[in-house]
Amino acid sequence: MAPRPVSAAEIESLAIGAWILGTGGGGSPYLALLNMRKLYREGARVSLLDPMDLADDARVAVVSNMGAPLVGQERLTDPHTIARAVQMMEEYRGVRFDAVMSLEIGGGNSLQPFMAAAVLGLPVVDADCMGRAFPEAQMTSFAIHDLTMYPLTMADVRDNAVIVARAASWKWMERLSRKACVEVGSIASTCKAPRTGKEVKECGMLYSTTKAIGIGETVQSARRRHRDPVQAVIDAERGRLVFRGKIRDVARRTTEGFLRGTAKLDGLDEFRGSGFELAFQNEFAVGWLDGVPRVMTPDLICVLDTVSGDAIGTETLRYGQRVSVIALPAPPVLLTPKGLEHVGPRAFGYDLEFKSLFA
Amino acid sequence: MKRRIGIDVGGTNTDAVLLEDARVVHAVKTPTTADVTSGVTDALRRLLDATATPGGAAQGTASAVPRAIDAVMIGTTHFTNAVVQRRDLTRVGAIRIGLPSGASLEPFIDWPEDLAELVRGEVVMLEGGHEFDGRPLVPFDSAGMRAAARRIRAAGLTSVCIAAVFSPLNSACETEAAAILRDECPDVAVTMSHQLGRIGLLERENATLLNAALVGLARKTTRAFTDALAASGITAPLYLTQNDGTVMLASVAEAFPVYGFASGPTNSMRGAAFLSKLTDALVIDVGGTTTDIGSLRHGFPREANNVVEIGGVRTLFRMPDLLSIGLGGGSLVARDPLTVGPRSVGYRLVEQGLVFGGSELTATDIAVAAGLIDLGDRRRVASLPAELVRAAVARMHAMIEEAVDRMKADAGDEPLIAVGGGCFLVPERIAGISEVVHVEHQAVANAVGAAIAQVSGEVDRIFQDLSRDEAIARARQLAEAQATSAGADPRTLSTVEVEDLPLAYLPGNSLRVRVRVVGEIR
Repeated sequence: MAPRPVSAAEIESLAIGAWILGTGGGGSPYLALLNMRKLYREGARVSLLDPMDLADDARVAVVSNMGAPLVGQERLTDPHTIARAVQMMEEYRGVRFDAVMSLEIGGGNSLQPFMAAAVLGLPVVDADCMGRAFPEAQMTSFAIHDLTMYPLTMADVRDNAVIVARAASWKWMERLSRKACVEVGSIASTCKAPRTGKEVKECGMLYSTTKAIGIGETVQSARRRHRDPVQAVIDAERGRLVFRGKIRDVARRTTEGFLRGTAKLDGLDEFRGSGFELAFQNEFAVGWLDGVPRVMTPDLICVLDTVSGDAIGTETLRYGQRVSVIALPAPPVLLTPKGLEHVGPRAFGYDLEFKSLFA
Repeated sequence: MKRRIGIDVGGTNTDAVLLEDARVVHAVKTPTTADVTSGVTDALRRLLDATATPGGAAQGTASAVPRAIDAVMIGTTHFTNAVVQRRDLTRVGAIRIGLPSGASLEPFIDWPEDLAELVRGEVVMLEGGHEFDGRPLVPFDSAGMRAAARRIRAAGLTSVCIAAVFSPLNSACETEAAAILRDECPDVAVTMSHQLGRIGLLERENATLLNAALVGLARKTTRAFTDALAASGITAPLYLTQNDGTVMLASVAEAFPVYGFASGPTNSMRGAAFLSKLTDALVIDVGGTTTDIGSLRHGFPREANNVVEIGGVRTLFRMPDLLSIGLGGGSLVARDPLTVGPRSVGYRLVEQGLVFGGSELTATDIAVAAGLIDLGDRRRVASLPAELVRAAVARMHAMIEEAVDRMKADAGDEPLIAVGGGCFLVPERIAGISEVVHVEHQAVANAVGAAIAQVSGEVDRIFQDLSRDEAIARARQLAEAQATSAGADPRTLSTVEVEDLPLAYLPGNSLRVRVRVVGEIR
């Protein structure tokens, strides 16, 4: 089947849905969305490729913008930089890519492959390797499946280019690339280890782009019909309402490069009289209802504005916000013993036995 | 004794009050006029006339009173309305310094096209800017800046916006660009983005562009206010009120009109705090069409620190966090099924409401029928079914109770200050509210808020390799210096807001700190 063209309206929906799948992290897709609107105004059209249509030996570039979201608010993302990272990999490997895909569907990185694809004239694969957002390189389905983690190419807006030719492990890849990223100002465009079509089909989070577009459309449609967008997302994605309330307190600190912290909520509506505590580590990691663990990673913990249904990031949580905490089911590979080793509560330093809200 | 005049120039009314120390001596309400000035002159004349007559706070003769005024503070929605209504805007030259980063998202990128077409003059993007840690991104292209300045002169532009990457951390590129610009075109008005604050290039640049588009109008309006004062014989300094409940000298404020965007609701909440002598409370302002609810902390409105859109443009402003619902004294009441608002007769209440001889059933008519207030001709609502009146009152009370509950951020009970023309709709008992506080002069709370405004200083920066306490102390020093240079008495400065945010993925314990201090006018 030929790749299908993605409409400008679907790009808008993708930005809304991806921010929800960011589970508090991944950075806002707003600036990437502005780039896509501009590219589409100038006539670009990006096509979405069904991953099952990839030939086994097809070459797929996995892209992401790396760095601190705050730096991204000043050094604005540009499609040519992410495209440059892909071209670097082509030059280094002496191959041509057949398609690009996202490292993480949650947050701004959902749109990076679209930006690269618009410049390079390649299709985007309907998949990613997180199914949400996570902070580190080893927290991907490719890492869980023990695929090769190198090489990595990194492009800076100045004429700086870094190639990590080999790394001893996924964690080494994270350390080496993170160091280089900080040197160029804590923002860089990266192309991760190239994947074959077979690897994507066997180890990717398939159809996550379509899923993100669908979530965005659900929110938009509910708003148009003056329905509750939060409930609409829960219904459409078979999620659960975990808590509804307002934020009483937010405490943040950085340790080991993470934005860690907690938010305390007081209940409203059916949760009146209850309290909720949310721990985050760039993304929301664990939620306690009245002191009892209620929801935990890798189940998706999404905090939405109760009225608009817009996602709220861990960096934009603030006192007094009226929010709904919802949980969405995690991709099955994250729930395997190997998956939980990489992204379960213990991977984030919480000594909790994983218990899915959906079990 | 200190005598201050506070004036609020709203869309419908111009309110003015005279304060002697902490006492409201007199208040007047006049219609806002199209030219703004004549409404202000009229309000000032009525205020001074009333206080000059025997029985008022007279100084003996009418001419003595104007000279005895120590300060005049004006708050106005004029600049916000200019953006919303797309009028009186100046075409702006936009200079972005930050290439090679951000090349794809040029200035005006997410503006409504009609507004961009009115404001967009020359757009120039140059190499330069800084990193988050203060290193230069690339060397600043000063030759390119000189060429840009000549283009701006040739295009005949009178106002320019300069925005550089990470300028809140290092403003060197912006100030160098401004110097080159002044060298080439000395008469051009320049707004630099670091003067307007926060991190977030696009939103900061948008605020700077809006400001540059308004400086012409601001200068004209400020001159008109100054003339109105002079015509009234007042020699006191003139201040303009800001979004955060503080003031700047008009001569300084006229360069920063965007800081006055939300001064209306802010003044109303600050006035409520002053009149009730409460510093921590919720405030409910019930108008003709809507009800605004905000939260006072330390006598200032709690701010919304998320993105605020002005006339369709994304900005990051210091704005009060408000919840607005479609309920007011003019709200239309419908039967079968029972609804109250959001449609309203607004300021036409005094013609169209039942008790005023009209034919529309409004929230005010229900309140009169229920005996909550005595207005107009009570006999005209005597025939309303008691069940309807009871149900409609219950509905309005429920709407207010729910909204109040949503704005409450503390688990404990707190007081609620009720102001505004429709505040009789507020129930006396609300869950989670310790007391509903009614105050004298509640109808002119906004002008009172203007009259009591203080001076502030704010810093929002990233600090590295300092302990949290050291970083906050450093930020506080910078904020205090800023407040003092803006006219505050250094002995009266106090810190009203401290916020710190550790930054993920940045080395060296990077901490973003925001500190705001306020003090009395010197």
